[in-house]
Amino acid sequence: MKVLMKGNEALAQAAISAGCRHFFGYPITPQTELAAYMSKQMPKIGGTYLQAESEIAAINMVLGASAAGIRAMTSSSSPGISLKGEGISYMAGSDLPAVIINVQRGGPGLGGIQPSQADYWQATKALGHGDFQILVFAPSTVQEMVDLVSKAFDKADEYRMPAMILADGMLGQMMEPVSLPEEGEKKLPEKPWAASGHQGKRTHNIINSLYLTPDKLEALVRERYARYETVKEKEQLCEEYLTDDADLILVAYGASSRVVRSAVNKAREKGLKAGLIRPITLWPFPVNALQKAASHAKAMLAVEMSMGQMVDDVRLAINCKLPVHFYGRTGGMIPTPAQVLEQIEKLI
Amino acid sequence: MGNRGKLTVICGHYGCGKTNLTLNLALNKAKEGRQVTVVDLDIVNPYFRSSEYRELLKRYGVRLIAPVFAGTTLDTPTLPPEIYSIFESEDPVFLDAGGDDAGAVALGGLFEQFSQREYEMLYVINRYRILSQTPGENAQLLREIEAASRLRATGVVNNSHLGVETTLSTVLSALPFAEETAKLCMLPLCYSTIPNFAIEEGAALPKGLLPVERYVKFSWED
Repeated sequence: MKVLMKGNEALAQAAISAGCRHFFGYPITPQTELAAYMSKQMPKIGGTYLQAESEIAAINMVLGASAAGIRAMTSSSSPGISLKGEGISYMAGSDLPAVIINVQRGGPGLGGIQPSQADYWQATKALGHGDFQILVFAPSTVQEMVDLVSKAFDKADEYRMPAMILADGMLGQMMEPVSLPEEGEKKLPEKPWAASGHQGKRTHNIINSLYLTPDKLEALVRERYARYETVKEKEQLCEEYLTDDADLILVAYGASSRVVRSAVNKAREKGLKAGLIRPITLWPFPVNALQKAASHAKAMLAVEMSMGQMVDDVRLAINCKLPVHFYGRTGGMIPTPAQVLEQIEKLI
Repeated sequence: MGNRGKLTVICGHYGCGKTNLTLNLALNKAKEGRQVTVVDLDIVNPYFRSSEYRELLKRYGVRLIAPVFAGTTLDTPTLPPEIYSIFESEDPVFLDAGGDDAGAVALGGLFEQFSQREYEMLYVINRYRILSQTPGENAQLLREIEAASRLRATGVVNNSHLGVETTLSTVLSALPFAEETAKLCMLPLCYSTIPNFAIEEGAALPKGLLPVERYVKFSWED
């Protein structure tokens, strides 16, 4: 039977279903229901919910739990994610998997508490110091939140790297019917690298991100980047909607893609050939689909709830082969289908 | 539902559909030509609440009393002094409480005023809402809400739905749950709601169904 869930609750329940039994968090609007759900449910299933003294403490608890080989998660909203940046960099430098949820709100600084997509650059390019990437998934429905949390845990384990669900306040707060995965003990992957006690049967494992010998550090970073190439090759995900004959390809993810889909439908009713490419992975960016679309479309239009961040990746993906336009609202404002339609009408 | 001067409190699990029900009840009364007041008592969650529907309410001449900074994204739990005027009102007043016991705390602060007035408190339930899907869970939640609000519920409203995916069968299959919940809560089942879009032409509807409009929508819906 389907159930009605808030996005934040769905993220929490999906993590539990994916075998996460350790959640470390700190409250912040608009993601607090996620932590509240965990606080209610984790004790019932023998899991650990811990409200840390700060976001920095929470991410370092995730680091510790992950180093011990177990599935752990933390969540926050934009300003809190900035605080977690240090820990995420340490996790990337230690090749540790985990899932980090960002239910974005307006920024910079304390900003506001309404939805935003202004943390795109932070998530895909600058979540901390050093050469590293994390997997970034961008759901656009509550059902997809459920599906992508499970995938994020699996892929984080597979590639030994942190994964982020980049949601926003609208997705976190809105309610939609969802099908939850069947309950049951999910078979989790073996982690022979984990520092979980060698019991005298093997040499001990060390989880560490400090390498004072430059050539060793360079070799490690290069090995990591070779892994990133595999991720880019195998893990790009996107949804294409009415793109086959489209003159104008709109590119939007998350909540703004819902608005764009409505606008595309309205454009089609008027005979305007608009289509949508909705990136589901933001890193790796769905370069292949965009390149394919660029071979027949005439222009692209990125729509974001920011001043224009993903639009740069669209230009890079297609090597500036087509004109790439931008329309965005920021500060907690959500574009309306009518506003996006107006942009489409200007460009076709 | 002739509640001249009566105060109607709408409470329940967060996300069960309190705001949409409040808007329906208020607008139905307003359409009868009554001077209606809606109070957004939700000082817990700044998303999807009555005060977001200021324009809709205004169109029907409904007065809205909302937390002082509602809609400004300033997250301060402050109710305006105007709220005390509802206890003098001779016209219908609908109070949209925040979700769960946490959201009902604001009601508790008005206990002195409520105790001197007749009121009805509708406990809204939704079989499809996670963590409040069984009669037992709902009875427990009601006890928590009553303790926090210091008020007693007077009836149950079955608002079982699945958002835009609600069908006639969604509504009908929740009716036994509603009756069982009301029995366990020792309250009358006032009515069950059915969204207008789920009503099938020509289908016989059982007694006790209140058709409701879907006012609480996403900005991208047509």
